[in-house]
Amino acid sequence: MSLTGVLSYQGGFERHLERLAGLGVRTLPVRSVEALERVDALIIPGGESTTIGMLMERFGIMQALLARIATGLPVFGTCAGAILLAADIEGSEQPRLGALDITVRRNAYGRQIESFEADVSDAAWNGAAFHGVFIRAPQIVRVGAGVRTILRFESLPVLVREKNMLAATFHPELTGDDRIHRYFLEEVAGI
Amino acid sequence: MSDALWSERQKSTWRTKVGLAEMLKGGVIMDVTSPEQAKIAADAGAQAVMALERVPADIRTQGGVARMSDPQMIRGIQDVVTIPVMAKCRIGHFVEAQILEALGVDFVDESEVLTPADERYHVNKHEFKVPFVCGCRDLGEALRRIGEGAAMIRTKGEAGTGDIVEAVRHLRTVTDEIRRLGALPPEELMTVAKELGAPYDLVVEVARTGKLPVPNFSAGGVATPADAALMMQLGAEAVFVGSGVFKSADPARRARAIVDAVANFDNPHKLAEISRGLGEPMSGMSTSTMEDGQRIAGRGW
Repeated sequence: MSLTGVLSYQGGFERHLERLAGLGVRTLPVRSVEALERVDALIIPGGESTTIGMLMERFGIMQALLARIATGLPVFGTCAGAILLAADIEGSEQPRLGALDITVRRNAYGRQIESFEADVSDAAWNGAAFHGVFIRAPQIVRVGAGVRTILRFESLPVLVREKNMLAATFHPELTGDDRIHRYFLEEVAGI
Repeated sequence: MSDALWSERQKSTWRTKVGLAEMLKGGVIMDVTSPEQAKIAADAGAQAVMALERVPADIRTQGGVARMSDPQMIRGIQDVVTIPVMAKCRIGHFVEAQILEALGVDFVDESEVLTPADERYHVNKHEFKVPFVCGCRDLGEALRRIGEGAAMIRTKGEAGTGDIVEAVRHLRTVTDEIRRLGALPPEELMTVAKELGAPYDLVVEVARTGKLPVPNFSAGGVATPADAALMMQLGAEAVFVGSGVFKSADPARRARAIVDAVANFDNPHKLAEISRGLGEPMSGMSTSTMEDGQRIAGRGW
């Protein structure tokens, strides 16, 4: 049975692990290169992208993960995880994977008191709305030619995919709706 | 697509408040007293900083009334870091909390480290858009604070001492009481709620889920990487470090070591590496020789 990892240095890893376990998936918190080598898919959670990026570099995960993404490891980044996947981060030289051809703007909606919940609807996805929880959320301000926008909110992409990489600016792990996790596992990872 | 204006949309719900606390798991929140210190903390890998005028160790030695920090100093720190900035208000001082919210701080710590402003009541935290964290020594205190709207709980420990014993006591007490609740038949929960001085609904929820409804962090007395890893192994979900970093001989190295220790809290070989050659920790004071009047964990009701 395949193994789905959640990068668990810092941030919202626990809710992702719970959500995956709820889908009957075997999970592994990833905090070392050895653990990373064992997984068949990986979620990079929300949290502080600068802190997570720093820890990934310190413990050798950054290079190891980049190599695995290049050879097809399915990855799903939420919020900070999306920032870490992004090729360009406006006004920042912070450590990142840089594998996904998008430009992000950090804390684009403002500070914590500007965090919000809103319905994100999409006719292509059975027409049912997703409840988006946006916490100090980034915005995706540019998508590359090979990137497909799956969901938008107020005209900006909030869920995008490029090959084996999926990225969301909101937190599907904080609601009871598991459709996006299922999409990642079934459509992106083929698990 | 929403037709409502940005400013009309529902904001800052219970879910976004607790959600930010979720995003702060597995990391370290550091007390800082200047933009320079905030930079050092962020560069070391702190996931958030707590802006305050004096670290708890100095509040202890200098005495006097400890209050909310100067807004100008908080702004200065907000300007130099991208990680969340937290700040403390006095227990019950809801106007300090209003000011901190107006400044756009990301979390307010209604803290026993400052001199309490109200001897009977805490802030009604539900009224605020900004999330709150509060200290506790036991489950009843944790649930009272959550009942008032706290989106994150931390142990009180004994701030500014560098002595971890009180934080250990408080965390063990909370987890023992949670375990005990889980074993009780439903008819006993009302009496337990009365004994704990805790809201009945929250007691029922904890008995059923086996955990607090909000993240449970640790604070008060962390001085070494090993202290931080100890609290994580005991079940804390993240660690606050107050005086432990900037009262040590080499703050930048110690800050980084404590961050690395929390990220590797269950790996003794890595912890041994991380703990090597950090210079002198804060000197500290033992809580066992303290007079009752010197303790601050007793503040809060």
